[in-house]
Amino acid sequence: MTAHRVSVTVNGKSYEREVESRLLLSDFLRHELDLTGTHVGCEHGVCGACTVLFDGEPVRSCLIFAVQAHGRELSTVEGLAPGPGELHPLQQAFWEKHGLQCGFCTPGFLMTLVPFLEQNPSPTELEIRQALSGNLCRCTGYQHIVDAVQLAAERMRRDAE
Amino acid sequence: MKPASFEYLAPDSLDAALEALTQHGWDAKLLAGGQSLIPVMNFRLAQPAVLIDLNRVREMDQIRPGGPEEGGGLRIGAMTRQRKLERDPRVAELAPLLHEAVPFIAHPQIRNRGTLGGSLAHADARAELPAVAVALRARLRLRSAEGDRWVEARDFFTGILSTALEATEILTEVALPAPAPRGGWAFLESSRRHGDYAQVGVAAGVWLDEAGRCREARLVYLSVGDRPVEAREAARLLEGAPLSDDAIAAAADKASRDEMNPGDDIHASAAFKRHLARVLTGRALRRAFARAQGAKGEA
Repeated sequence: MTAHRVSVTVNGKSYEREVESRLLLSDFLRHELDLTGTHVGCEHGVCGACTVLFDGEPVRSCLIFAVQAHGRELSTVEGLAPGPGELHPLQQAFWEKHGLQCGFCTPGFLMTLVPFLEQNPSPTELEIRQALSGNLCRCTGYQHIVDAVQLAAERMRRDAE
Repeated sequence: MKPASFEYLAPDSLDAALEALTQHGWDAKLLAGGQSLIPVMNFRLAQPAVLIDLNRVREMDQIRPGGPEEGGGLRIGAMTRQRKLERDPRVAELAPLLHEAVPFIAHPQIRNRGTLGGSLAHADARAELPAVAVALRARLRLRSAEGDRWVEARDFFTGILSTALEATEILTEVALPAPAPRGGWAFLESSRRHGDYAQVGVAAGVWLDEAGRCREARLVYLSVGDRPVEAREAARLLEGAPLSDDAIAAAADKASRDEMNPGDDIHASAAFKRHLARVLTGRALRRAFARAQGAKGEA
């Protein structure tokens, strides 16, 4: 086995590790960097629980090898909140609108929807439903997630004014 | 689910990638976006000894104006991300069918990684891009350390997940001809949920003569065979006549009855797929026709 050196920036912090080529980025984040907020569901690109931002764009971290992240910037759910005891407006809205029950899928939803709201600050309900179609939730039936996104979008628009 | 061990190579130029592939041949797999390859590696259905990652080959992700062979048009590097195809204004202008079809591919998280060339080389008959390549009369550039050849999209797809690529060849770019005047395209598909593989999908194109009759038509389907399926007889029924509702219905009947061989699967029976193909063909032809009528006439 050849070890590969990986230098990455995650949530603004630099890390360097030696990894096996077959290590998935999702496992790298969880087991090498102890960033266990990124959840691993299906491990074949269906459930979306492991979604992270890769150079600012949402991707499935179970479908990228850690070696491929060398030199890249990543963001995970741990980087969303502005500070201790505070929440990102989307996290706050998920809490208030019951956008989660067990919470397993939530990090993937958040990391999918944060860039979505940046690119589309006033989405329609259909656009929201299409944006979250790559993330599976088995608790909520999605309706409360849609409500949370609408609330967050409204507040983020207001804050931007 | 963890992939088996492999040797990882990340060449930073096409020449270096070709050299690595020459050395390893079929023992190696090329890693493009990885959105189909990595799942099968996670399941250990694929256990390549060597993985040659093309993601650092910058010369393969460019979108450029086409050469004289394309009469303008576009040349798109095989490593161009699907998300870039979706957003690039040149694609929207010069390859409107591609622009319309890309959002049907899976989800944004997948399209941020998935590439044009990766999807074509994977050659899944349920995928959008192979059918679009056949419909657009795309030409595919296949390069090896010794060779450089162009293959028509319709000759590239040879069967279930199979292509004309040899062991030492890399699909490096895709040439799309410029759109012909007085033409219009439409892409439609039906799936159980947004982002799922289509039960059936169709790319329909029509071109009108100066009198407004149909000069040429094309119908290419996904998910109804072992590769993209073109319904040439149905298209011929439309040519030389006005695109009346009766003519469109006859073409849709012909294509769905005689020119495809869908199988049963858990998402749809063969009979239902034929029904979907017939309905989608009619809708797509009407939409393409309306766009052709609105299109500029000058070449």
